[in-house]
Amino acid sequence: MNASKPRVAVWKFASCDGCQLTLLDCEDELLAVAGAVDIVHFLEASSTSLAGPYDLSIVEGSITTAADAERIRDIREQSKVLVVIGACATAGGIQALRNSADITEYVSIVYARPDYIKTLATSTPISDHVRVDAVLRGCPISKKQLLDLITAYLLDRSPRLEASPVCVECKRRGVTCVLVAHGTPCLGPVTHAGCGAICPSFDRGCYGCFGPADTLNPDALVRRLGSLGLAPETITRLFHTFNAEAPGFAEVTAGGVVES
Amino acid sequence: MTTDDRSRILTVEGLARVEGEGAMHVRVVGDEVVDVELSIYEPPRFFEALLRGRDYTEPPDITARICGICPVAYQMSACLALEDACGVVVDGQLAALRRLLYCGEWIESHALHIHLLHAPDFLGYDSGLSMARDHREVVERGLRLKKMGNQLVEVVGGRAIHPVNVRVGGFYRVPDVAELRGLIPELEWARDAALDVVAWVATLPIPEYQGDWDLIALVDPDEYPIMGRRLASLSGALDIPVEEYTDHLHEEHVERSTALHSAWEHGTYLVGPLARYSLNHDRLPEIARQAAAAAGLKPVCRNPFASIVVRAVEVVAACAEALRLIREYERPPLPAVAVEPRRAIGHGLSEAPRGLLYHRYEIDENGSILAATIVPPTSQNQRAIEQDLRQVAQANLDLDDAALTARCEQTIRNYDPCISCATHFLDLTVERQ
Repeated sequence: MNASKPRVAVWKFASCDGCQLTLLDCEDELLAVAGAVDIVHFLEASSTSLAGPYDLSIVEGSITTAADAERIRDIREQSKVLVVIGACATAGGIQALRNSADITEYVSIVYARPDYIKTLATSTPISDHVRVDAVLRGCPISKKQLLDLITAYLLDRSPRLEASPVCVECKRRGVTCVLVAHGTPCLGPVTHAGCGAICPSFDRGCYGCFGPADTLNPDALVRRLGSLGLAPETITRLFHTFNAEAPGFAEVTAGGVVES
Repeated sequence: MTTDDRSRILTVEGLARVEGEGAMHVRVVGDEVVDVELSIYEPPRFFEALLRGRDYTEPPDITARICGICPVAYQMSACLALEDACGVVVDGQLAALRRLLYCGEWIESHALHIHLLHAPDFLGYDSGLSMARDHREVVERGLRLKKMGNQLVEVVGGRAIHPVNVRVGGFYRVPDVAELRGLIPELEWARDAALDVVAWVATLPIPEYQGDWDLIALVDPDEYPIMGRRLASLSGALDIPVEEYTDHLHEEHVERSTALHSAWEHGTYLVGPLARYSLNHDRLPEIARQAAAAAGLKPVCRNPFASIVVRAVEVVAACAEALRLIREYERPPLPAVAVEPRRAIGHGLSEAPRGLLYHRYEIDENGSILAATIVPPTSQNQRAIEQDLRQVAQANLDLDDAALTARCEQTIRNYDPCISCATHFLDLTVERQ
């Protein structure tokens, strides 16, 4: 509509819609954001869907069908900047648990007529298929980080993303360490910051929904969790949930870390 | 497009303002709608398969990821089912806190649907954002209401999407009285604003239509039900405990869809706000019942286009309930009750904003999940939606293609369908021949 405003598109692949909902959850900022850009494709919010090219594409979800693998390549070709949001788009999401399972058996468990279902054996991140320009972690992403990313794009600066693990956010908030003080299993030492250490502030151990930290030592944490009396398969399950296929978490099997 | 006088084909790809991906196909020959199909092409994510072998403590977190709009519903149905399996009943203030958390999700989800997804249909806008250009105060009020719902979920649950504080047996940390009391001023604003929303949506041009289906919802002798153990139909043909759910309501797999359709021996049924309201009208908080009457709603509502009014009434109810629960709140001594696994099957049922959500788990003596069944509201509503589409399309064949298409899309959005949930929904094609 307005040639001077960037054309923004929001795309969905296999996902729960929670990360794109995060944009609609910016209740105080939503109308301002909608005024600063031209939202030309955002099916969850608008019936208008305009053809590319797009200045900024925001992509949620993972690739689980051959048609979606084609669709993301087409979106990439039409987009100047492509950012991926959330654990599905960045690591394949919880549905990537299929990657180490028998997909035929999975289909037969859920559907009476497996022959009606078209699916790939794997759930893979967007970056396995196309070049991505920026990444927001989390299941779901943080509202604050999403607003910063959009602002950074509009101001042509780099987004301010945390590089530290959740532990640093916990210390910054003054939250007592649940692992040290209460012996609560916690993935904070190996998990990428960005949530604001929500779980420890609720007396709960981090469950890794922001995925692996940039630098991590899972072996040391696995030993510590073992010393708390956790069974090896419990430790493996802890790593293998919302970011099961993310490098750094994926290598942890039966309580140990396998060199890959 | 129009091919000749007798044969028209309309196509809209990617149904908008619904949650998830799906398609609709309407085929018209002459003056008759001959075929109506909803296709859900949202790729399957196989939750029921991947839950096997996981620990009985994990479904609240894992199944929340089925839907970013109603994660609390998934968490609550999961907890109820697993506690049922383990022979534990969570009651008192812990149950009250769960109801408070759920009220937050009703407010958030309904405010979103009313203002950003559904109202634009009645006023001819493509989105809530473009509606805001002409109705800024209405949209801003809606967003503030939505924010209030999210704040409730954040204070009790830790965050608005995929709350972290819910566990089998209760919570990880229970809020202190002051944390909840701090929400009262904004909640009082929200309750009054919701009354204004009821009055506003009642002024929208609501098409006349009476659905030809039965209505099924939770029923409770004492309160407007959100979580419960008994479900019933308006006709009286169904009145069962949750344990008998799968004896009466079945899922079927049809070729066009990655969602399973629910079937019932007594025909088509509908879950959601119309069902809850019509079966439990006399248990609405007084302020919500008065708002409904002032808006012209009878105690039974069978017009899905009026669901926008019922949702607004439920927002009033949820705000009033949240205020009551906070005023009566006393911090429980422990955040959760102990839940020890045993070899058993458990059933859980709760009222997601868009309708009944059923969970069933079979676990072994170590708490490992052997089998999981999840029946979301949109699966149950698919037949009713198709039936309505057929009738609405047939009654409006005089409309031009664009207007008929818009009316069909509005018909689907009446149900606030959640396609990501049901996959296990919509580009739109209307074909006239």
